[in-house]
Amino acid sequence: MNFVMPDFFPAAAEIFLLGMACVILLIDLVVGDSKRWLIAMLTQVTLVGCAAITVYTADGQVVLTFNNMFVDDLLADFLKLLVYVSVAVTLIYSRGYLVARALDKAEFYLLALFATLGMMVMISAAHFVTIYLGLELMSLSLYAMVALDRDSARATEAAMKYFVLGAMASGFLLYGMSMLYGATGTLEIGGVAQAIYNGVANEKVLVFGLVFIVSGLAFKLGLVPFHMWIPDVYQGAPTAVTLFIGSAPKLAAFAMTMRLLVYGMFEVAEQWQLMLMVMAVLSMALGNLAAIAQSNLKRMLAYSTISHMGYMLLGLISGVASGDKHFALNAYSAAMYYTVAYVMMSLGTFGTILLLSRAGFEAEHLDDFKGLNQRSPWFAAIMGILMFSMAGVPFFIGFFAKFSVLLAVVDTQNYWLAVTAVFFALIGAYYYLRVVKLMYFDAPTDTAPIKASLDMRLMLSANGLAVALLGIFPQTVMGLCSFALLRSL
Amino acid sequence: MEPKTAIFYVLSAILVAASLRVITAKNPVHAVLFLVLGFFSAGGLWLTLQAEFLAIVLVVVYVGAVMVLFLFVVMMLHIDVERLREGFWSNLPVAIGVGLLMVFEMALVLTGRYFGADALPEPAAAAAGYSNTKEIGRVLFSDYVYPFELASVVLLVAIVAAVALTKRPGKDKKEQNVRKQTAVRSDERLRIVAMPSEKE
Repeated sequence: MNFVMPDFFPAAAEIFLLGMACVILLIDLVVGDSKRWLIAMLTQVTLVGCAAITVYTADGQVVLTFNNMFVDDLLADFLKLLVYVSVAVTLIYSRGYLVARALDKAEFYLLALFATLGMMVMISAAHFVTIYLGLELMSLSLYAMVALDRDSARATEAAMKYFVLGAMASGFLLYGMSMLYGATGTLEIGGVAQAIYNGVANEKVLVFGLVFIVSGLAFKLGLVPFHMWIPDVYQGAPTAVTLFIGSAPKLAAFAMTMRLLVYGMFEVAEQWQLMLMVMAVLSMALGNLAAIAQSNLKRMLAYSTISHMGYMLLGLISGVASGDKHFALNAYSAAMYYTVAYVMMSLGTFGTILLLSRAGFEAEHLDDFKGLNQRSPWFAAIMGILMFSMAGVPFFIGFFAKFSVLLAVVDTQNYWLAVTAVFFALIGAYYYLRVVKLMYFDAPTDTAPIKASLDMRLMLSANGLAVALLGIFPQTVMGLCSFALLRSL
Repeated sequence: MEPKTAIFYVLSAILVAASLRVITAKNPVHAVLFLVLGFFSAGGLWLTLQAEFLAIVLVVVYVGAVMVLFLFVVMMLHIDVERLREGFWSNLPVAIGVGLLMVFEMALVLTGRYFGADALPEPAAAAAGYSNTKEIGRVLFSDYVYPFELASVVLLVAIVAAVALTKRPGKDKKEQNVRKQTAVRSDERLRIVAMPSEKE
């Protein structure tokens, strides 16, 4: 029996976060209700600490540890840093909303930290078991966060739906993983790729498992036809939790898709590309068309998420074209860039809803945004930037995100797909620009002054300006994405 | 027929029959008991595959702990069986149709040499003195220590979530305030009210 001590250094950030979560759990026992800010503060300190550790431990090498279950590469480091930032921004935006609804319990911050840990585990997973456990860790925390407002029947219903459908999706994923294990004889992602490459994998079983894996992933990403939970959960959950679900987990879901499909099954890329292509077209169509009919902003953004994930897929399905693999780096960087851009825009948009909400009032209807320009020209402009960016109007980050995935599609000569994507983007522009019209050309129905803490105002302004500025200099983020992927593939 | 094959068929038949009864039993308590029977038979199947530790764990954990707890919950909750079974018979033909179609489709894909019994050879017999338990323990705490720790974090999240969702702060929380109790004065404990005596 020989036991080699695993190398803990690459997982230092995860270990630090878990330790801090346990410390906060204990501190919550002794601090009273009046010192809740301490918990929020400690959570932010934890995230900053994690970021410092991740930067410190990043060396650009692909390091495997824990018996090849954990991988630390530049892709993981980059995505983890983005997760910290988006969780930190989420918590800053949420604070006022939570305090006004007496939801600012330590449990919220703890569950957010545990969900972050789950995302980090998923991002760094090199083994099916770790992917699954990270996913469950994240999902379980999210289910509980949705249900945290127990007096709201809608939130409870949303949590129940999310839980039941999420459990089913996990089942799909596990079933697919067990099939892949049967086909290749290993649970390690690298081993699976090796087995497929060497041709020792049983191809029929492999494709059978692949179908289940893709279904499970599609549920987590919220792609048509596995999108049913998204509108109900987005609308039903407290807006702070919707913001949380709509931002950082998208990065983790992207990482999971990359690890499973690209790292594990790149050799059969043309098989899963076809499945994802159907879902991408359906998501772009249904997401954009259904969003037009919504009067609830949260529900509208939920459908917009579905369509955005469809656009993100355009990058993922353009990696390999008729056996030619040299598009891969470009296409996957485009998909990653799209995810990052979407998370930034999503943070800002839900942040604006939180900004306008106050005790007993949720600014979740489109009518609540009427005449925002008269109430606060600055935040109307920020929201305007975000909406233009979401619609893909030139010179905002959303435009370059759409542009790069479309370019990836055109590279593979899939012209009809590019035309379809542009067509649905034009339809989608309608409902984003409608929000702008309401803000600038309608009289306000709600005249209460906007009250928000200084840190939230500053953060939201920074968020909106980042969306605008990174659109003018798109090469910065794009370069980081392709560099991270280049060093990790 | 070898005795081992006979045992396999007997246990499988009991398992299938018990699973069917789980979903058709009228009384939820019976359904739970049939599930216990199902787990027990599955444990027996594992024993024939030389996975004695897993078989025992299945019986001890699922039958002994989880299902008994489940039985308590089922007995304590008032389950309106009639409402649950509403539409069972009217939906049954459709359900059977869909189910059979799925079985047929899966049979088309799965039969043949890839998923047949030939593709999955019987595991080699273990050497004498080989301990299943020891081997599981070894891989669990060495090769799989990372997922093992993660599983413990998942359980911690479950505890935090359960507390967050069920602890009711505020008005309907009844708890003692020890400081107030010890600082109480005698005149606060008992109040003598002067009342005129009533006459019969």
